[in-house]
Amino acid sequence: MNRDANTEKNVATALYRQLLYLRRVEEAIADRYAGQKMRCPVHLSIGQEAVAVGVCSRLRKDDHVMSGHRSHAHYLAKGGSLQAMLSEIHGKADGCCGGKGGSMHLVDIGAGFLGAVPIVASTLPIATGAALASQMKGEDRVTVVFFGEGATEEGVFHESLHFASLKKLPIVFVCENNLYSVYSPMYVRQPSNRDIAGLGAAHGVESFSADGNDVCAVSELAGAAVEKARVSGGPLFLEFKTYRWREHCGPNYDNDIGYRPEEEFLAWKERCPLKKMETRLRESGLWDGAWAELLENELSAEIEKAFAHAEAAPVPAPDKLFGPLFAE
Amino acid sequence: MERTITYAEAMREAADICLGRDASVFLMGLGVSDPKGIFGTTLGLQQKYGEQRVFDIPCSENAITGVAVGAALRGMRPVLTHQRLDFALLSMEQIVNQAAKWFYMFGGQTPVPLMIRMVLGRGWGQGAQHSQSLQAWFAHVPGLKVVMPATPLDAKGLFIAGVEDDNPVIYLDHRWLHSVSGIVPDGHYSVPIGKARVAREGDDFTVVAVSYAVLEALRASEWLAAEGVSCEVIDLRTVSPLDMGTVLSSVKKTGRLAVMDTGCKSFGIGAEIVARIAEINPALLRAPVLRLASPDVPAPASPALAAEYYPRAAHLASSIMQCLGRSPDPEWFKSELPLDIPDPKFKGPF
Ligand SMILES: Cc1ncc(C[n+]2csc(CCOP(=O)(O)OP(=O)(O)O)c2C)c(N)n1
Ligand SMILES: [Mg+2]
Repeated sequence: MNRDANTEKNVATALYRQLLYLRRVEEAIADRYAGQKMRCPVHLSIGQEAVAVGVCSRLRKDDHVMSGHRSHAHYLAKGGSLQAMLSEIHGKADGCCGGKGGSMHLVDIGAGFLGAVPIVASTLPIATGAALASQMKGEDRVTVVFFGEGATEEGVFHESLHFASLKKLPIVFVCENNLYSVYSPMYVRQPSNRDIAGLGAAHGVESFSADGNDVCAVSELAGAAVEKARVSGGPLFLEFKTYRWREHCGPNYDNDIGYRPEEEFLAWKERCPLKKMETRLRESGLWDGAWAELLENELSAEIEKAFAHAEAAPVPAPDKLFGPLFAE
Repeated sequence: MERTITYAEAMREAADICLGRDASVFLMGLGVSDPKGIFGTTLGLQQKYGEQRVFDIPCSENAITGVAVGAALRGMRPVLTHQRLDFALLSMEQIVNQAAKWFYMFGGQTPVPLMIRMVLGRGWGQGAQHSQSLQAWFAHVPGLKVVMPATPLDAKGLFIAGVEDDNPVIYLDHRWLHSVSGIVPDGHYSVPIGKARVAREGDDFTVVAVSYAVLEALRASEWLAAEGVSCEVIDLRTVSPLDMGTVLSSVKKTGRLAVMDTGCKSFGIGAEIVARIAEINPALLRAPVLRLASPDVPAPASPALAAEYYPRAAHLASSIMQCLGRSPDPEWFKSELPLDIPDPKFKGPF
């Protein structure tokens, strides 16, 4: 293989690997959730992994990412520690927040994941402030904030885009439009004659939409956006259409309870980001069955080990309840 | 050489010193760079430090607070100003859910060195939405520090302490204090957060007050002294964390307590102080406590109604006399000034 082909193969297989990694981690959480050792809400990104993987594939380690309630995928794709995340979900002392946060508060400063919080849209202004700090410090760092389409209904979404646009901040707003906010479909929440990317544009923010289940499309669009934000300033707004497979919060499927049709789910499942990437690899002759099997085994061992550690890890000492509350 | 300047000048000087000493400090808020400069407290700072470090903001209180949190996470020291506390209510989400909790919630990794300054309004018909003293709200939230300086000296020292603190600090400055003068040292100094001050020593009655109420309490103490009643006035300076040590040693001495707040009565600062004394040793109190605060209704606009909304020195002095079984002097209620302005110089409009 020549050098370019080699790079192409590396990039493509790395994307596939990340997709598979996220999928297998969250499936493992779902599989074990009934054991009640993970005693906190979990919002899984199964079916939506391509957005996290595609965007983060175009970030540097020192770029920053923030997210919301559905943040496992963003945290892991940015390089957050699996071990620290699983310990956190298990309420253990060596969790990424020392057991103070749970699944909805992930952080890995070293990996550039500044934090996730489950108040819808609440990290948008905070990420905007982080980008303001980058601008003030003269850094060439880009900040990315992930959120669902429900967040675009919050006032603070508009305030944040407004301010980022005013100050031309190096930030990329990434909306994962999975068509639902808990059980509420789009038609009860958003006017049908207005698209989400139009909201960004209305604030003077360059805005784009793409298929959020196609990791290559995501990566391409994100690459251009991140580059633009880094070199000539931002902000940019990207909307990726995708679909959550499981219930809003928790490990199960819930298409039987009547808020969305099973056929809709099946149609989106056909467009599984992982399958899509596998097909692409096969079509370009880059698929290697033995490699894929090896990868499955490798990931399964890594995940198994992280769960074993999290389950065995000590809980926080009782006095940790009281602090630290303030930085000294 | 002792130097006398106003509270507003002291605040401006504090901001100037903080901006001058630390490049990570920046100041933003509605109107910070306008010709009025937030009652004079930010005048000239943009000219001196530039538009990158001192700037006006859009009317987006919640997002701007989040922006301040995000910048603070990245090691900046934002100071955010609100011309009225009432406007900051649009940012309660970011203050309460994010700023206050960030350090604890993420396991003590990233400090949030942020100061949010809010002006407490009063009088001149400002009414229900430009006059609220909600310090108890902020004090109820773990993770926030709440300071309410009463003197120019403390206004400067607590401003500097608030900016230099590595945690979110709510700084409440009362509009009626801005024109008050006092001795203020030159240069850099700070007043520790969490330390009350004995503003006047006395043996018969302890009066705990905050912010503008301290001035009323001192006025009342003068009148009472003439009646042979000696009041110890404690200026809390910081509402949270509360300096109960200073309060307790005074109550141990006097056995009688009045608390005077600028906010509404129920669930207020006074309630917390009384509850703590009741927990520690109710026997310290020889008489029922007096709580001087606004009634539990919104602030009315008409001067005729607002006149009785804010407890004044006369109310405090009279309640203390009654508590001691003596009759108050009706002259105390006769003020030469209209009750809806802080001083004779004040001519409105806000
Ligand atoms: C301010 C706020 N309102 C409501 C909720 C409850 N809530 C949690 S997740 C969620 C759905 C948000 O939908 P979306 O932003 O599209 O994200 P998705 O769950 O689809 O990924 C809601 C309403 C919340 N956490 N915060
Ligand atoms: Mg959604």
